[in-house]
Amino acid sequence: MFDEKTLQIRAISAHSGSVPGKGVQREVEVCKLMDTTTCIGCKACEVACVEWNDMPFRQTVFDNTYQTMPETEWNFWQLIKFHEVQRQDDGGLAPFQKNQHDGNLMWIFRKDQCMHCSDPGCLRACPADGAIVQYENGIVDFQQENCIGCQLCVSGCPFNIPKFNQTTKKVYKCTLCSDRVGQGLEPACIKSCPTGCLQFGTKQEMKEIAEKRALQLREQSGFKNAGVWDPSSIDGTHVIYVLHDATQPELYGGLPKEPRIPMVYTVWKYLLKPLSLFGVFMGALGIFFHYVSYGPKPTLPEPPRAKETKEDERGNR
Amino acid sequence: MTNGWIDIKNTDMMLVMGGNPAENHPCGFKWPVEAKRHRNAKLIVVDPRFTRTASNADLFLQIRAGSDIAFLGGVVNYTLQNNRIAKDYLVHFTNAAFIVKEGFKLPEDGLFSGFDSKTQTYDKATWNYEQGGNLTPKGAAIAAALGGAAAAGQASANGTGAQQKASETVASAFEHQKTAAKSGQPVAPSSNPPQQPGGHEALGGGHQAAGPVGAKATGAPKVPPLLPPNTAYDLSLQHPRCVYQLLKKQYSRYTPEMVERITGIPKDQFLKAADLYTSIRKDGDMKKAGTIIYAVGWTQHTFGTQIIKTAAVLQLLLGNVGRAGGGVNALRGHSNIQGATDMGGVFDVHPGYLKIPAPTDTNLSIYLKRTTPTPSKPNEWDSFNYWSNTPKFMVSLLKAYYGDAAQKESDFAYHYLPKIDRRYSWVELFDRMYNGEVKGLFAFGMNAVMIGPNSRKNIDALKKADWLVVGEIYPDETSEFWKSPGISPEEMKNIKTTVYRLACGGFAEKDGSMTNSARWLQWKNIALPPPGDARLDQDIVAQIFLRIRDLYRKEGGKFPDPILNLTWAYPDAQHPSLAEIAKEINGKALADATDPKTGQTIKAGQQLPGFAWLKEDGTTSCGNWLYSGSWTEAGAQMQRRGTEDPSGLGVYPNWAWSWPANRRVMYNRASCDLNGKPWDSDRAQVWWNESGKKWVGNDVPDFKPDSPPSDHMGPFIMNPEGVGRIFGPLAAFADGPFPEHYEPFESPIKNPLHPQQSTNPVAKWFKGPLDKYGTPEQGFDVVCTTYRLTEHYHYWTKNNPMEVQLVPEPFVEVPAELADQMGIHGGEKVKVTSARSHYIAKAMVTRRIKPMMIDGKKTYQIGIPIHWGYRGIAEDEGKTALTPANLLSPTTMDPNAYTPEFKGFLVKLEKA
Repeated sequence: MFDEKTLQIRAISAHSGSVPGKGVQREVEVCKLMDTTTCIGCKACEVACVEWNDMPFRQTVFDNTYQTMPETEWNFWQLIKFHEVQRQDDGGLAPFQKNQHDGNLMWIFRKDQCMHCSDPGCLRACPADGAIVQYENGIVDFQQENCIGCQLCVSGCPFNIPKFNQTTKKVYKCTLCSDRVGQGLEPACIKSCPTGCLQFGTKQEMKEIAEKRALQLREQSGFKNAGVWDPSSIDGTHVIYVLHDATQPELYGGLPKEPRIPMVYTVWKYLLKPLSLFGVFMGALGIFFHYVSYGPKPTLPEPPRAKETKEDERGNR
Repeated sequence: MTNGWIDIKNTDMMLVMGGNPAENHPCGFKWPVEAKRHRNAKLIVVDPRFTRTASNADLFLQIRAGSDIAFLGGVVNYTLQNNRIAKDYLVHFTNAAFIVKEGFKLPEDGLFSGFDSKTQTYDKATWNYEQGGNLTPKGAAIAAALGGAAAAGQASANGTGAQQKASETVASAFEHQKTAAKSGQPVAPSSNPPQQPGGHEALGGGHQAAGPVGAKATGAPKVPPLLPPNTAYDLSLQHPRCVYQLLKKQYSRYTPEMVERITGIPKDQFLKAADLYTSIRKDGDMKKAGTIIYAVGWTQHTFGTQIIKTAAVLQLLLGNVGRAGGGVNALRGHSNIQGATDMGGVFDVHPGYLKIPAPTDTNLSIYLKRTTPTPSKPNEWDSFNYWSNTPKFMVSLLKAYYGDAAQKESDFAYHYLPKIDRRYSWVELFDRMYNGEVKGLFAFGMNAVMIGPNSRKNIDALKKADWLVVGEIYPDETSEFWKSPGISPEEMKNIKTTVYRLACGGFAEKDGSMTNSARWLQWKNIALPPPGDARLDQDIVAQIFLRIRDLYRKEGGKFPDPILNLTWAYPDAQHPSLAEIAKEINGKALADATDPKTGQTIKAGQQLPGFAWLKEDGTTSCGNWLYSGSWTEAGAQMQRRGTEDPSGLGVYPNWAWSWPANRRVMYNRASCDLNGKPWDSDRAQVWWNESGKKWVGNDVPDFKPDSPPSDHMGPFIMNPEGVGRIFGPLAAFADGPFPEHYEPFESPIKNPLHPQQSTNPVAKWFKGPLDKYGTPEQGFDVVCTTYRLTEHYHYWTKNNPMEVQLVPEPFVEVPAELADQMGIHGGEKVKVTSARSHYIAKAMVTRRIKPMMIDGKKTYQIGIPIHWGYRGIAEDEGKTALTPANLLSPTTMDPNAYTPEFKGFLVKLEKA
C-alpha cells in the first residue's frame, strides 16, 4: 500500500509571494492508474466516492444508457462513462456512424473525474487566495472555505470537472481523497475496485505498470494502438489511463488527446488577472453606490432548480 | 463450483456462458482478470447480449437464448473431430471406455430409447452399462491404450527408475484380474443384483431418480434396474457401443452449419471459438487447463441441467476437471444459496444431499438400501464409491434431529421423517396452492410473488391461501400481494388470506456463516442489531416452533412424536445462537471413539474432527456430513482468517473452511496422470508420495489417501463408477444420458435437429387456466430473456436511494435495428406482451443485442432486468408500471432440477 503520509503544498491559487514551506521536504508524486481494459463498469468506485465523502444522493433520470448521469456533478465526483465503439481488423478502435448497427462492437468504460493535472487550469484561473491548492504529491484540492464561487476554475478546466453548487455557492470536485492519502491510505475508489483496474501509488510505479499492461495488450490481445494517456500538454496528470487505443482517447467519452488550459489563463494570466480583479473591485464599488442610491432589492425566491431540491429530499430519506 | 473463485487465476482459458460474472459477481470477476493479466489467459464470452463481461472478452459470440446445448455440442464435436481430447484422462478417468447396453438408442428423432408418450417419461432400462468385463480387442489395442499412459509416465519421469517402475505397476494392474473391489463394500455378485424398491421412481426425479411427472406412488412399485457391478469396457475405445463411440455419433449431428442454424452464431465465429477453447489440448499437450463458468443463464431452461452436463462432457474430454484452473464452475447468485442447497433447502433432499424418503421406504434399512449405491466399474479397477457411507451420514443426521429418541431399537426414529409422494418444487408448490391444496406459506428471505414465473398465477395462488407469513426487511410485493396492480378495491375486500408481516434482521444484523460459490463456510459477525421491533429469523422460527410444541404437548395430535422429540438443546430455547447451531451441524461424538489407524481418540461429547468419524451405530450425531469438520474441538474452522498461501495456487488452506474436508478443488486426484504425477508440475495440487505410500499435496487430496496409482481407483469418488460420467446412466437424468438440444418451450423455430420433437419431451408444464403458452404464429415472435444488473440486488435495493441513483427505473433492452424498424427511440415506453401478461417500461435502444438469423429466419431478442415491482422508491414515485417482469415468464421447468424457464421465452413488442 501507498504510505506517503504528508501533504506538502506546492502551489496555492492567487497567492502572492512564495508557498510557505515549499521544498523543505521531499515528497513523491502520487498517481491513480485506471486500466480501462479491465474495468467492468460496476460503479463500485462511484458508490465508494459518494459514501466516503458523505454526499447527498442525486435524483437521476433514465437516459438510454447504463451510465449513471451525463457528467460529474458537485456531489458526484467519479463517473464511469459507457461508450460503444467498434474494433477494427487492424486492432484499432473506431466510432460508430449514426444508425450503424453492425461492426465488431466494443463496450468501453472510463472513469471520468478530476485528473489532478501537473499544470492545473483551475488553479491558474482561480482568483481567490487559497481556494485551490496543489500539493507536492500532485493532488489538486479545492478549499471551499476560501472559494468565492466565481466559477473561473470551471472555465479553466480542460475536462469540465469542477461543478458549482447553487445552494452553497461553492465549487466542488474530486479531492483524490487527500484526507485518506494524507493518512497513508489509498483513495476510496481504489479500495472499492473489484478487478484492480484502479491502482494507486507513485507516479513512477503507475507509469511502469501502465506501460507494461499496454505492451501486453499490444502483444497478446492485438490492440496495436494500446498505450498510456498522460498528456504532456499539461505536464502530465496524476490520473493516468491505459487505453485500448491511445491514439483516439476522444472515443472514451471525450477524453482530450492534448488537453489545453484556455489561452486566457495561460498567456494572458498575468495581464488579465489584475484586470479582472480590478473589474470585480469596480463592480463592487458600483453595487455599493447603487445600494446607497436605490436601497435594497426586494427578496425574490431563488431560481428553481428542480433537480437539486429533490436531491435533498432523497438525501434525507 | 468444482474449483473456487480464486482458482480461476490459475487458468489458461475461460469460457463464460450462461453467466455474467462481471455484472452479477463483480468481486469474483477479479480472478478472470488476474488470469488475463498474469497468464495471458483468454476469455470467451457467449451470451444473448453483449454484457459487461463481454467487454473484457477476447472473443464474444452472441447466441440465441436457449440454444446453449447446440453450441456446446458443436464444440464437443469439434474436439472429437480435431483430436483435441485428453486421451489418457478420457480412457482412465471417465466412462468413455464403458460399453452401453444393447437397445440404447440415440435421439436422432428427438427421443432416446424407452420413451412412453402416454406418461411423457422414459423407461431407462437401456440407459445402462453392459456387464461383462474387458472387451478390449486382444493384443495391440490394450497396448495402444496403456502404451500411451506408460509413455506419458515415462516422458515425465526424467528417466528415473522409480517412475519407470510406477508405470509398469500401472500396466501390470490391468493384466491381473482382480476379483474384488477395494471399495469398503463388497461388490454384489453379478448374478444376483440387490433389489431396489421403486418408491423414489414415482417421485420423479431429483439427482438420481426420475419417473412419471407428478405421478403418485400408488400400486406396486416398479423395480428400477441397477448399474452392473462388472461393467464391460473397451480401452481401445473402438467398440461401437462404447460411450466414446456413442458420443461421437451423438454429436456428429452438431456440425458448424447446424450450430449456426440453431444458435445464430455464424459458422466462422463458432469455429474460431471452438478452436480457441480447445487449443489448450493442441498436439496432446496436457499442461494447460481451461475453465467453464456459468450461472442461472444455464439453469433457467427446460433443459438447464443438460446444458451443464454438456459442459461437464466437454471438460472431461479435455481433461479439465479436478485441475487447478479447470472445472465446471457454477456461480451462485446469492451470498448463501450454496449453503441453502447444502442444508436441504430443496424439497427432495435432507442436509448433505441425502435423499428424501419415499412412501415405499417403509423402514430405515429399505431406505438405505435404495439410496446407498454399490460400485459399478471394470473389475480390474477400483472405486471408492463414497456414497457407500450413506448409512453413517443418515443415522448421524437422525441422531442430530431426534437425539435420544433415535435409538437402534426405534430404527433411529426413521419413521418420524416425512415420506413424500409428490414434488414440492417452487413452481409445483404454487400450482398446488393455486389448486387449493396448499393452505399456508412461510416466506422468509425471499419475495415469492417476484421470484417465480407467471407472477399473476402466484398472486392468485396467494389469494386462495388461508394464511401467509412474510419475514422481510422491507414491505415487499409478497406481503402486499393483495394490492398488486389489477386488483380492484372490491376484489381486495374479498381476499381472505391472513397476512402476517414480520420485520426481520438483515444480513448485517445477524451473525452466522454463509457458504459461497467456492463451497467456503465463512463466518460473519453482527455489524449492528436489528432496528426497532425487528427480530432475528432464528428467534422467530424458534419461538414459533416452541409454541407449536406446547400445543402438541397440551392437545396431543395425530403424530406428536417428531415434534416433541426434536432435539432442542439450546441453553436459551427462545433464542438459539447460530454458533450453537453451527456446532450441532458439525456433529459430535456420543461415545468415546478411536481411529484404529492413527490411534487418535475423541471423547463422548466432543466435536467431531470430520465426517470420516461418522458411525452408523448411533454413536455420532451430525447435522450435515458435508459440513463436518467446520467447527471442531480446535475451534470454529469457518471463522479462520489465515492468509498464508504457501503454494501460490490460491489455496489459502487456513482461510475459512471449505467443504468437503477443507479441500479447495474437488476431484483433484484427476490433476495427476495415472502414476500420480501432476499433469503440470507448475500447478501441483496433489500427488502420490511413493515413499510415504500416500497422497499428499498443497490441497487436501480428494481421494482414498492410501490408494496407490497401481490400484487404478477412479478420481471421481462420488460416482459408483469412480470415473467421470460422459454417459449419465439410468436415473441420473430424467431426459437422457447424453444432452440433446431441445428448443425452449416457447421458441421462434421448430428444432432443426428433429422438428417433430422440438422441445424436451419430459419438460414439465401445466394446464391450469393461467398456464398459457405462446407461439410465433400467435404473433409472439421476439425472444425475451431476463437478468439482473450490477447496480441492483434482486428486489431489495430498489428501496435504497444509493442504488436507485445508479439505475433509477426499469427498462427493456431493444436491439437498435428493431427499434429503428418500429420507430422506437430510447426512453420511449414499450409494451412487452407474452401469452400470460404484459410489461411496460422505457426502451433502452442498444447495439449490444443484434438481430440474428435463426434457421434462416431473422430473429430479434430483447432483455428485461427483473428488479422492479410494485413496492420501492421508483414504484412509490410513480415511475414504473408497477408490474413485475415475471408476469411474462412461463410456468415450465427443467425435469431434473425443476428450475423455471426464465430465459428465452416468446413475447411481442409494441410501442406503449
